[in-house]
Amino acid sequence: MADLAAGARGYGLIVAMWVRTTMAYRMSFAMTALGNLLMTAADFATIAIMFSHTDVLGGFTFAEVALLYGTTSTSLGLADLLLGNLDRIGGRIRDGTMDTLLVRPVPVFAQIAADRFALRRIGRVLQGLIVLVWSLTALEGVAWTPVSVLLVPVMVLSGAAIFGAVFACGAAFQFWATDAAEVQNSFTYGGNTLTQYPPTIFTKELVRGVTFVVPLAFVNWLPALHILGRDDPLGLPGWVDFASPLVAAACCALAGLAWRTGLRGYRSTGS
Amino acid sequence: MIEVEDLRKVFAVRRRAGRLRRTRHEVRAVGGISFSVPRGEMVGYIGPNGAGKSTTIKMLTGILTPSSGRLRVAGIDPARERTRLARRIGVVFGQRTTLWWDLPLLDSYRLMRRMYRIPDDRYHANLARCTELLDLGDLLEVPVRQLSLGQRMRGDIAAALLHDPEVLYLDEPTIGLDVLSKAKVREFLRELNADRGTTVLLTTHDLSDIEQLCKRVMVIDHGRLMYDGDLDGLHAVGESERMLVIDLERELPPIDVAGCRTVKVEGPRQWLAFPAGASAAPLVAEVAERWPLVDLSVREPDIEDVIARMYA
Ligand SMILES: Nc1ncnc2c1ncn2[C@@H]1O[C@H](COP(=O)(O)OP(=O)(O)OP(=O)(O)O)[C@@H](O)[C@H]1O
Ligand SMILES: [Mg+2]
Repeated sequence: MADLAAGARGYGLIVAMWVRTTMAYRMSFAMTALGNLLMTAADFATIAIMFSHTDVLGGFTFAEVALLYGTTSTSLGLADLLLGNLDRIGGRIRDGTMDTLLVRPVPVFAQIAADRFALRRIGRVLQGLIVLVWSLTALEGVAWTPVSVLLVPVMVLSGAAIFGAVFACGAAFQFWATDAAEVQNSFTYGGNTLTQYPPTIFTKELVRGVTFVVPLAFVNWLPALHILGRDDPLGLPGWVDFASPLVAAACCALAGLAWRTGLRGYRSTGS
Repeated sequence: MIEVEDLRKVFAVRRRAGRLRRTRHEVRAVGGISFSVPRGEMVGYIGPNGAGKSTTIKMLTGILTPSSGRLRVAGIDPARERTRLARRIGVVFGQRTTLWWDLPLLDSYRLMRRMYRIPDDRYHANLARCTELLDLGDLLEVPVRQLSLGQRMRGDIAAALLHDPEVLYLDEPTIGLDVLSKAKVREFLRELNADRGTTVLLTTHDLSDIEQLCKRVMVIDHGRLMYDGDLDGLHAVGESERMLVIDLERELPPIDVAGCRTVKVEGPRQWLAFPAGASAAPLVAEVAERWPLVDLSVREPDIEDVIARMYA
């Protein structure tokens, strides 16, 4: 627990410094953040174009798919903003600069995650939020209840935690295979693309995989299905729609364990 | 301050054997060393490439977990409480910087100040002192990546000392420095050790660092401690020799005097080696009496030769 507080404090210090440095070049920051926003928006453009040819995709309307898209994109955007730099760890292990982090009084995880904090990645978050808000206004025939309203922010934050845990697991894995960044990217960025679309257009096996193996279905599919009043393709019990925070907590615990195991086995370099 | 007992580190490595096969292999980097360093001592830690110096330092900082053995630095087990220990030690890696590559020196220092929670007065006093003694005044606003090697090293040394560490580890701090920078760094370390009583452990391949800074040396080779004691003792152990260089009136066959041996003849000049512990006076007297002597000089044993002989 003390570790967590020390980590958060150290993370904050380093991030604050990089943000200050970034803000010294305000114009260039604004441009890159905007570029980031537009680039990630290209995904949504693809979906919009699809819906210019059809009214429903896998039984989902444009607004419903936009809800899926907005939530997963915001979640991934947050995780990517806060922890996306973790995938640099492989390089640091290989070139030996990891050693220099280990002699500072701040947990290494916080140092690596915060290193070169890229505020421009806020572009993806904004883009996701815009689509999310639009989808909420455009949804028709949804019976909003206090629970389903609350489910929206819970879903976004749980999703961010799940993606964050995947980032952390990927980083931990690089203690054993220092060039494994791609594997993790396929789960995060790939998983993001997957969950932008309705689960009904994929095979049952795939949906099962992202529910039980890598629990990406809890990022948005299951809670969103509850909001939209639909059944999930696997016919899981109803409470599963609310399990995202629990799943997220379990993922984080697992990631923490993997990280600690990896760090304990760290063996530095010969020079 | 530093207590080490039967410390070992074995790396398991995989080597290619044939096209696809790989065999596991054990590299014994540190093979059971014991020593202790009291507070305020400045110790030189030397040995040939691959001897295990850096590995030892990495275990003393908590970067690496020992394979076995007991280890205490300032009463702390480094591997178990690495971040707690970090506040009390300073580390300089000559080979790589602990500073932030893209930030100006001063920004790095400011960040360290917050990270280490350095009290304002200590921070300002230490920064002023380092800036003056290490000549950093003009460099504080320069991004680290633009600094020359020697400038960066001085910046790194300052960074390692801002939080008043009790122990300072330096792994090859003078590597690649010119004579002037070396002198500056040595002078600084000497003062630090004398004024603050900071315990210093220093590895180097430049033996003049050791001669000028450390009363005590530890020699390690193949992961084993070969010598631990003062510099003079090292000469005795290494059976080092002093050299009498004589210039004769003309070219002569090698001189033959009891108690020494002629190692080299070059025209009228001859080199005579004799044990470092023996006096040169009787030797000089005998040579002067029996041969036409023009000039002579005595060369002190070179610590480098001593070490080289120990490794052999
Ligand atoms: N991370 C590692 N993985 C595998 N072997 C290693 C590792 N680090 C060091 N070694 C091996 O351990 C031995 C000791 O290395 P170490 O770096 O401690 O030597 P050193 O005394 O610092 O040498 P140098 O003077 O060249 O810096 C070497 O044989 C080296 O190959
Ligand atoms: Mg070394």
